[in-house]
Amino acid sequence: MKRKLIQIVATLITNSQLTNFLSGKLYKGSLKNFCSPGLNCYSCPAANFSCPLGAMQTIIASARFSLSYYVTGFLILIGLLIGRGVCGFLCPFGLLQEIFYKLPLPKINLWRPLIYLKYFLLVIFVLMLPAILKLGDPAFCEYICPAGTFEAAIPMLITHQEFRSAIGDLFKLKMIILIATLIGCMINYRFFCKVLCPLGAIYGLTNKFSIYRLHVDENLCINCGRCKKICKMEIDPSKNPNSIECIRCGDCEKICPKKAIRI
Amino acid sequence: MNKIRILIALTAIGFMIYGVNRGELPLIFQKAIRICMECIGLG
Repeated sequence: MKRKLIQIVATLITNSQLTNFLSGKLYKGSLKNFCSPGLNCYSCPAANFSCPLGAMQTIIASARFSLSYYVTGFLILIGLLIGRGVCGFLCPFGLLQEIFYKLPLPKINLWRPLIYLKYFLLVIFVLMLPAILKLGDPAFCEYICPAGTFEAAIPMLITHQEFRSAIGDLFKLKMIILIATLIGCMINYRFFCKVLCPLGAIYGLTNKFSIYRLHVDENLCINCGRCKKICKMEIDPSKNPNSIECIRCGDCEKICPKKAIRI
Repeated sequence: MNKIRILIALTAIGFMIYGVNRGELPLIFQKAIRICMECIGLG
């Protein structure tokens, strides 16, 4: 309950310009200089901050720079503090996925090798394509990101009639990716986080050294397997407490009968 | 481990300061206050 409350508050802080959904305008204030820690399209009418992935691609794709020190430093700093706890507590798209997962549909486990796809997307679409093409276009946002389609494209097409005539194959591709992602989220917990999110990929790498982390007391652990069974990110916290997939949700800590797991 | 974390934190803060000083923020801001046609699938 506490985590859900933090998620809702974080989502509202990230997206407080709610009246813009009616007008189709964007917030243009100085907060847009700064990145939100989670994935949140800056073309979402309600967005207060910049998307860190979008900002990174913007800088990489620019004529002046090849790498964003500002965004890289920001991501390292946030990752150092809470690692993928950003995903578990602060990301609006993470909250959306958890809501979709509550729909009463059959649930399946993920084919494990798929978790490495997000690293491919990070390297190719976030880092390499903007740097190679140098067209100023954020390749991940343009071709993949379902958060942008859901949070920005749909509201903007509703309020801006003039955009509808420009709908083409790219929009159709993004809608297919969005629908597939949402279906994935309905049948597998946080499907997008596990498989497609380059931001989760980055934060996952910081899990090994983040301050907010899991501790397993091996003297208390009785290897009952309850933490592994309850983990919806499909990891075994007792064996790999700071897995790059762990979003620090705390379910394992609550279920442990011997209080061997602490966050 | 704590020394490593302090080093990482200082590096991260240094990166951010360097990025701001060399003018990355105006680029991010200009992108963020306009409707990103690529992001909404019309680019």
